[in-house]
Amino acid sequence: MSQTTEHPAHLQHHFSDVHQQAESAKLGMWIFLLTEVLLFGGLFCFYAIYRSWNPEMFHNAHAFLNVWMGATNTVVLIVSSLTMALAIRSMQLGKRKLTMWFLAGTVFLACVFMVIKYFEYSHKIHLGQLPGKWYFFEGIAGTNPHIFFSAYFLMTGLHGFHVLGGIAVITWLFIKTARGSFSPEYYTPIEMTGLYWHLVDLIWIFLFPLFYLIG
Amino acid sequence: MEHTIPEKHYLNEATGWKSWLMTLDHKRIGILYMIMVMFSFFLAGVFALLIRWELLSPDKIFMGPEMYNQAFSLHGIIMIFLFIIPSIPAILGNFVMPLMIGAKDVAFPRLNLASWYIYVIGFCFAVYALFAGGIDTGWTFYTPYSSESTTAVIPILTAAFVLGFSSIFTGLNFIVTIHRLRAPGMTWFQLPLFVWAIYATALIQVLATPVLGITLALLMLERVVGIGIFDPAMGGDPVLFQHFFWFYSHPAVYIMILPGMGIISELIATFSHRRIFGYKFIAFSSLGIAFTGFLVWGHHMFVSGQSDLAAVIFSFLTFFVGIPSGIKILNWIATMYKGSISLDSPMLWALSFLILFSIGGFTGIVLGTLSIDVHLHDTYFVVSHFHYVMVGGTVMAIFGGLHYWWPKIWGRMYNETLARIAVVMIFVGFNVTFFVQFIMGTQGMPRRYATYLPQFQGMHGFSSIGALIMGVGFLLIAIYLIHAIFRGKPAGPNPWKSLTMEWETPSPPTAGNFEGQPVLEHGPYDYDKVIPENSLKPYKTL
Repeated sequence: MSQTTEHPAHLQHHFSDVHQQAESAKLGMWIFLLTEVLLFGGLFCFYAIYRSWNPEMFHNAHAFLNVWMGATNTVVLIVSSLTMALAIRSMQLGKRKLTMWFLAGTVFLACVFMVIKYFEYSHKIHLGQLPGKWYFFEGIAGTNPHIFFSAYFLMTGLHGFHVLGGIAVITWLFIKTARGSFSPEYYTPIEMTGLYWHLVDLIWIFLFPLFYLIG
Repeated sequence: MEHTIPEKHYLNEATGWKSWLMTLDHKRIGILYMIMVMFSFFLAGVFALLIRWELLSPDKIFMGPEMYNQAFSLHGIIMIFLFIIPSIPAILGNFVMPLMIGAKDVAFPRLNLASWYIYVIGFCFAVYALFAGGIDTGWTFYTPYSSESTTAVIPILTAAFVLGFSSIFTGLNFIVTIHRLRAPGMTWFQLPLFVWAIYATALIQVLATPVLGITLALLMLERVVGIGIFDPAMGGDPVLFQHFFWFYSHPAVYIMILPGMGIISELIATFSHRRIFGYKFIAFSSLGIAFTGFLVWGHHMFVSGQSDLAAVIFSFLTFFVGIPSGIKILNWIATMYKGSISLDSPMLWALSFLILFSIGGFTGIVLGTLSIDVHLHDTYFVVSHFHYVMVGGTVMAIFGGLHYWWPKIWGRMYNETLARIAVVMIFVGFNVTFFVQFIMGTQGMPRRYATYLPQFQGMHGFSSIGALIMGVGFLLIAIYLIHAIFRGKPAGPNPWKSLTMEWETPSPPTAGNFEGQPVLEHGPYDYDKVIPENSLKPYKTL
């Protein structure tokens, strides 16, 4: 621990030094991500159980998902993870302008993801491939095909909300960076948001094969 | 020696309602929680008394079956989600834990305040549900009934869902605080056992609560959209709901009891004036309970149609939970052995805990036995068992803790004579209420019925009298504790002559807890090395 007499503006009074504060934030963020994994875990259970009970219906229903749109979105999210990581790196090097570019790029890619998702959803809604009672599509063999679309809309929907949350937070980071709130000494919020964004990306990397690829 | 209240302390350093509602001080947030949680306890207690009143007679007194269903559901939901889960961590954990580890605050003070506001939002949803048709599903919300019931299921599920976030935030905050903000010199094995217990609790809060969140969200969607996960009419499986629900709600039982066990460790050591026996065993048994607690949820479902093999395994694993709990009980008793025990009121609560929790624990083993459970399932035996654990365990512990730390929180002492009368009333009243329920259960009295066979009237009446004794006892406690806040005699910094760090601060503590960063000078239970006094000693700082 360094013995400095100066008291940086971003150091909260109950921490003894900047290192302790940053380490606390990191641990807190990892625990939060753990709770996110468990939240999605319930839905993955839902998927796994009903898939094992209705393998044929799941196979028939999954053919109605557009693999190309899903694949594009996968690439979009992975690239956005890269730009997010580069934003952190730029701030570590003190390049404020570059950080802003990378943050803006991340937000842009996240929006592209949501737009593609919008087209996918509206097509499904149009056809009536909807969850539960709202389902009115005919043409998928097997019992209770609405359950497949319940799982699909719930899991991608919850994921979509997380993407929207990410867009909001990264936009906020962009503004803070523009105002000069961050420096190579203090960029914890960008780093924490990066962790969150990678998890959102990672969850999609599981969702894509489970829904679009395996049949 | 006459004590005085220090001039400046956390209660008067800022004034006005805004200084309370916007506070980031963990001690004030603890008190904000205390107000809400104790009000919930009162509310749920009123429902309990209404239930016991109706059960005085097998015929209708004032509640028909529908209203009775609502009364026991609300009693359970409010007691569990609004009182017992947040109770010890959010009130005493918030207030005491940072002081115990020599920290100025929790790691994320704003998150801490946010968790209280989220709790209040959850509370509002619950109250709204009460007026928007009530709830009659029981606190377990079993499908398919909960997807069909015409009562306000969605508002109450929203309440529980929202309260879950409050619980997660508290747990997350505490884990980080205990990892990162311990005073220099305070290693993990110098932590007071209350902190260990809070830590184990926080782990469960963080790991189990998200699963409850998604379960309740799925149940809401089942009601609104019919997504087909739990409702057989839509191709769903109601037993799956029970799995999801108990995956959270069984570990939640340990969210309720573990912090209570932490309090008991402090009380037994302090009032026996003796080094705690088997420190590491008690510490690790908390983690053991937290871990094993995740593997036993199926023992709630022995008659729900899970496979026989699963039932046998769950029954076997259930016995394992008994081991760490037994380790704790034996270590506490060993601590008292040849100790110099003072029977102040907090210690009386601790002794009540030992007796009642042991009964609750042993009957838990009885119920965990597969073949016996099939006979006793959904009878008053179960009701009595979990009340012995929840009330005989957690409620005894929290009141022990409140009596123990009351002079620290407010700087003033309550009337000890009244306190001793109250603890005896609660102990007697509790046993009168619930012991007969074991007997009724073995004779086949099923739970959750508004009416019963006339042969049970004697025992039901006896039980109701006990509930009344408890009600009067709690009223008495409320009166003398609130009186102490304003009129109690100044208690001094360390009235019980304890060695944990919170007693090195003035009572009430200053807003920043400590002057400078304190350094640990002796272990929390070094009664063989240090003689504590009820006075302020300057501590070493960094």
